[in-house]
Amino acid sequence: MPHGERARLTLDGNEAVAHVAYKLSDVIAIYPITPSSPMGEWTDQWAAQERPNLWSAVPAVVELQSEGGAAGTLHGALQAGALATTFTASQGLLLMIPNMYKIAGELTPAVFHVAARSLATQALSIFGDHGDVMAARATGVAMLASSSVQEAMDLAAVAHAATLRARVPFLHFFDGFRTSHEVAKIEPLDDEDLRALVDDGLVHAHRARALSPERPVVRGTAQNPDIYFQAREAANPYYLACPAIVQDAMDALAARTGRAYHLVDYAGAPDAERIVVLMGSGAETADETAAFLARRGERVGVLKVRLYRPFPAEALVAALPSTVRAVAVLDRTKEPGGAGEPLYLDVLAALTEAVAAGSAPFGRVPRVVGGRYALSSKEFTPAMVKAVFDELEAPRSRNHFTIGIHDDVTHTSLPWDPSFSIEAPDTVRAVFYGLGADGTVSANKNSIKIIGEDTEAYGQGYFVYDSKKSGSVTVSHLRFGPRPIRAPYLIERASFVACHQFEFLGRLDVLRTAEPGAVFLLNCPYGPADVWDHLPRAVQEELIVRHLRFFVIDGSRVARDAGLGGRVNTIMQTCFFAISGVLEREEAGAAIKRAIEKTYGRRGETVVRKNCAAVDAALAHLHEVNIPERVTSTLAPRSPVPDEAPAFVREVTARLIAGDGDLVPVSALPADGTYPSGTARWEKRNIAAEIPAWDEGLCIQCGKCVLVCPHAVIRAKVYAPAGLAGAPAAFKSAPARWREFGDARYTLQVSPEDCTGCGLCVEVCPAKSKAEVRHKAIDMVDQRPVHDAEVASWNFFLGLPEAARARLNAALVKDVQLLEPLFEFSGACAGCGETPYLKLLSQLFGDRALVANATGCSSIYGGSQPTTPWTVNGEGRGPAWANSLFEDNAEFGLGMRVALDAQATHARALLGRLQDAPGELAAALLAADQSTEAGISAQRERVRALGRRLAELDTPQARELASVADALVRKSVWIVGGDGWAYDIGYGGLDHVLASGRNVNVLVLDTEVYSNTGGQMSKATPRGAVAKFAAGGKATAKKDLALMAMSYGHIYVAGVAMGGNDTQTLRALREAEAYDGPSLVIAYSHCIAHGYDLRHGMDQQKAAVLSGHWPLFRYNPALASEARNPLQLDSKAPSLPLKAYVYNETRYTMLAHSHPETARRLLAEAQNDVLTRWRLYEHWASLAAPGSPVGTGP
Amino acid sequence: MIDLSTRYLGLRLASPLVASASPLCESLDNIRKMEDAGAAAVVLHSLFEERIDVESHHLDRYLSHGTESYAESVSYFPDLHDYNLGPEGYLEHIRRAKAAVDIPVIGSLNGVSTGGWLRIARKIEEAGADALELNIFYVPTDPALTGAEVEQMYVDLVRDVKRSVSVPVAVKLGHSFSATANVARRLDDAGADGLVLFNRFYLPDFDLETLDVVPKLTLSSPHELLVRLHWVAILYGHVHADLAITGGVHSAGDVLKAMMAGARVAMTTSALLEHGIDHLVGMRAGLLAWMEAHEYASIAQMQGSMSYRSVAEPAAFERANYMKVLSSYALRTPPRPGAGR
Repeated sequence: MPHGERARLTLDGNEAVAHVAYKLSDVIAIYPITPSSPMGEWTDQWAAQERPNLWSAVPAVVELQSEGGAAGTLHGALQAGALATTFTASQGLLLMIPNMYKIAGELTPAVFHVAARSLATQALSIFGDHGDVMAARATGVAMLASSSVQEAMDLAAVAHAATLRARVPFLHFFDGFRTSHEVAKIEPLDDEDLRALVDDGLVHAHRARALSPERPVVRGTAQNPDIYFQAREAANPYYLACPAIVQDAMDALAARTGRAYHLVDYAGAPDAERIVVLMGSGAETADETAAFLARRGERVGVLKVRLYRPFPAEALVAALPSTVRAVAVLDRTKEPGGAGEPLYLDVLAALTEAVAAGSAPFGRVPRVVGGRYALSSKEFTPAMVKAVFDELEAPRSRNHFTIGIHDDVTHTSLPWDPSFSIEAPDTVRAVFYGLGADGTVSANKNSIKIIGEDTEAYGQGYFVYDSKKSGSVTVSHLRFGPRPIRAPYLIERASFVACHQFEFLGRLDVLRTAEPGAVFLLNCPYGPADVWDHLPRAVQEELIVRHLRFFVIDGSRVARDAGLGGRVNTIMQTCFFAISGVLEREEAGAAIKRAIEKTYGRRGETVVRKNCAAVDAALAHLHEVNIPERVTSTLAPRSPVPDEAPAFVREVTARLIAGDGDLVPVSALPADGTYPSGTARWEKRNIAAEIPAWDEGLCIQCGKCVLVCPHAVIRAKVYAPAGLAGAPAAFKSAPARWREFGDARYTLQVSPEDCTGCGLCVEVCPAKSKAEVRHKAIDMVDQRPVHDAEVASWNFFLGLPEAARARLNAALVKDVQLLEPLFEFSGACAGCGETPYLKLLSQLFGDRALVANATGCSSIYGGSQPTTPWTVNGEGRGPAWANSLFEDNAEFGLGMRVALDAQATHARALLGRLQDAPGELAAALLAADQSTEAGISAQRERVRALGRRLAELDTPQARELASVADALVRKSVWIVGGDGWAYDIGYGGLDHVLASGRNVNVLVLDTEVYSNTGGQMSKATPRGAVAKFAAGGKATAKKDLALMAMSYGHIYVAGVAMGGNDTQTLRALREAEAYDGPSLVIAYSHCIAHGYDLRHGMDQQKAAVLSGHWPLFRYNPALASEARNPLQLDSKAPSLPLKAYVYNETRYTMLAHSHPETARRLLAEAQNDVLTRWRLYEHWASLAAPGSPVGTGP
Repeated sequence: MIDLSTRYLGLRLASPLVASASPLCESLDNIRKMEDAGAAAVVLHSLFEERIDVESHHLDRYLSHGTESYAESVSYFPDLHDYNLGPEGYLEHIRRAKAAVDIPVIGSLNGVSTGGWLRIARKIEEAGADALELNIFYVPTDPALTGAEVEQMYVDLVRDVKRSVSVPVAVKLGHSFSATANVARRLDDAGADGLVLFNRFYLPDFDLETLDVVPKLTLSSPHELLVRLHWVAILYGHVHADLAITGGVHSAGDVLKAMMAGARVAMTTSALLEHGIDHLVGMRAGLLAWMEAHEYASIAQMQGSMSYRSVAEPAAFERANYMKVLSSYALRTPPRPGAGR
């Protein structure tokens, strides 16, 4: 379609790129990784819908076990003549690098689309920078950078077109989140555009080069010193030709669309003296800023590099105005120890070479400095661009600077003026604060589409999410205006601010961005007449000082009345349209209803009706508030952490919690990524509307509620009656039901400000009132009326002494509830099924555990800043936790074990050689029995005594022993991760580590899906379940990881489900830890990605066990030495039809709705899987053990 | 030759054997088997409007739950093209059943809202159902609601549905009315073409160990036939609507009794669930054998022959019968030691 008559679409960068990649590929090999996952998900979905590519074929989309696997499959597909592509980011790209060298070395056309993301270094970050793509720059791939959603679609097409002609594979990248997730209105490329770019003759030539027995060749030979070097150089002509081929493709695109791109594009004053060079979305900001400054007469410009490899040195030099005096090259990456970052060095070399060769339009090399910016999606604003231009004006501009942070250590950072803004006055700039659960982001995405599709206006949306998965706050940034929006940074001058949750006012400065005269819309339970008296003082001040217009609506009530629960999204969206005037009210109402029909129509008429009813009801409840002239409130914002918190928490963590992390200077942060444990306890998020209330008269003190609490917020203590002295009035207590504790008291206490209100504890409580069965020993109650009293009780409770571990029987759930949890208040989803296992692990072994945690949900809720749930006991001991990567976790944990063993061996040897060691102590240390808590405790005492003795000796030998003496105390190494790690990406390593025979404990938190990246299929996904990449229901059975491990014979293996049998879970964890060899515990973990109310998670676990989907068993090789069968079944033969278990979950029911016949078939097959597996296990368990005269099965 | 044919809802049926609404009818294969085994018509399983609403609500809730909260997982499920929520799946089932068998296919509907009843009733008609059975499953838990109000709701509903569709409409009733005969008359006046006696409601049970209320499903037993025979016999001749018996029909003898009481058809489900669909073959053979042995020429001959107005002792259907039955029961039961006082 000719330019100017084209339809426009509102979509994000991932979808824009996926569209092109899908159209131009035969084979798509994928593996999920943020922020590129949606590209794979789109293509999988389209393939499931049998959408054709440009050649009327449906591309084959295959999910692999890792990015390494995806790259290998890509390589193979290319060799067999397919047009193939893949999508990835960050560590995923690193795993593809070996194949990238191969694919490039073999001059194979292919495109890698990369949503560029930070690499895991001192910490993991899912956010955007160029660290990953820069690591791939030496592989021989061509690299093309896009700066916006429109460019991402356009240059994706250029990459696919150019690779076919150049035969050089392409890496097309765009900024993770900022471009991949930004929603924008663009002109999409249609099939004709793509046909105009891609030459079918080149496609056929690619196929003709493919491996075929009809014309056999060999590739991938081994070469010797005689020819390898020359053969490498043989590819030079292809690289020399590549830039011109890219430009040709860009020109062809321009001819179709009118959008002209060049290898490097210059923008700004024609006679600029100061120039910034950069790639990616930051180039848009720099371009707009340079234009703004140039209009003010400043001689500044921007050089946007689009083709980064092969580096277009000539084009770059030619594009610079001859007036240039100073150049700042900005790299969105850091190369520690380098002479400079990559783009800086490339530009420097290009300019130097050009001047030396006399081909530059200027006589001498301009002053060139390099700087780093926007690592990990750090904001890069016009003010920062201006600061760089300003710096270039200084006679001795700083080199190797940073911009966007405050570096008070090596003083690299440039200052900037945050008040500088170039926002266009004719744009609507709206900021919305919401909860994940209230649907704010979904509604805003719809609003952008409504405005994009129903008006001539352009829109842009960007969404900032929380680092917590429960009670998460979202901030939406929406811009609308008459021209395409080129502002890839957060809104700093909002003309409209909406706060969808009243509670935010006390803890977030929601009006920070409101410009004078802006509108403030608040969802609150108060009407226009009385809301003023409920506002914090700071909010009142801002309303008055900035002359804001103020509207309120009790949107939560409207939502409740309409049957929408807490989802206020369509209501608040209606109010936004009504107040902002972006659309006429009636027009807006009709458009919102059309969007509702489109979004929810497939979910049923009743859902559409409810939402439309809410739209109709909204405006009647919207009121403008007359703002008084004077501030009257005394309500002050709550301090993020209490005064008694440790210094680091007060000085650093608190600022992160308050949302001021961008202001934290370099000096405040650890240089090596090491952070203190136990910080989650200081972050009181207070997100539960309802919390459990204890009826001490009804409670049987079984401890089940404490066991299942995912956030360790409900706890029990047994203590002497004297402990009650000074208890708050509301503090509850009952006689302890432990005979051995005499007249002790028992208290079950909840932490109201840490509870997420999931309700798991109430569901699992077995104690019902005899007079009224719905009343249990714990019931959920409204938090507000009991908040103060419960906070006081919790604080008092914490001061009560912990139980003496040696007096407890750790085989009993009832006793385990009294063990102090060393994993608490994580940011996991409310009702999480994984965290109860980790908490239990921490209670049992936490004071001597090292935890190697695979990347995934457990590493995110376990290690995301600002706070960590891993904590310490009263003696300062607790789990030492580290996350290496996703794919290497088993090996990472094995490394810990090997090191500990080596240190222990070394320590024992030193002890034996140490002449001045007290003989008795040394002997006791060497012979210590550490199989019990008491034994370990005694050994710790001995090590302390040894330490004192060694300090006295102070010889080189003593100092050497002192440095490893801790290894003499038994340590417990736990290798923890999800099924994506254990079944897929890490399986090779896991298998090897288990086979090694070393004493490591592996805990697999099996949610049967990649939970953290949003529900993609893993090999743990059961047959018949719907997941991303298995939209038609998984057609194959769940991998039996346990069976594979049991086949070795020397590995302790257990299948556990806390909700199925908590005592068995406890027994398995303890046996696994006690077993002197590798152990594998696979724990059924219910998950938000299963699609049901997680308060019933433990019931569903029980159903999983009863149906036989999740048999409980323990395979203990130690039993073989007693001539017993190592395999013991702990659950009975399936007694519940599988259907009764699976159809409680949306992952199964959605298939039954969408493809009933398929669902019926897969269910029947899955039922057969269950029975077959049970028969196999039952048979194994009934076999006579070697050496035993009779069978030892159950 | 013995004539087993009957007329029900204006439809000419080859016999009075009808497979009533049950999960068996969810499968086309079963419907074909029913026809082959001798069912003269089939009532499909009920379409529950409330279930559609609940499923929609659940699907929406859980597809949305946890989405757009965390940057790595802005959603948890793929977006499937169609969830078939709403009556479309059921309507397609009617279309396919009609194409698969020659016997009449009767749709069954349980609505909640007036709009839902009418909207879906029309769609069931459009899908090709030969008739519609209204499965009114309503538990009036509100103490303020009177019996008269409940009855009026039934009457209004039947009248509204009759105005909306042109296929015959039968009403499946419960037996908890104070004045069943009066209700039947009023539904008859409202235009009901058939009355199906009686619905069996699934009642919850208690689990004494967990103190939970649990759903309980028990199959009907032959003794449940008696209350139905009783009321059909009473209503026969007092209403224009065709009468049908459902519940407790397990054998050919039960069918014969149903006919003699005045029913046009006898519907069976539990017996098929218990013994298989082929049980119908035996029932049909039993009918023929009994009629031959007792020299009956047609079903029509016996229909209503033992109704209230036809039996020698109408009092057997009235209260006096209660005393008679009780005393006969007492006579058959030997006294237990210590039980009397």
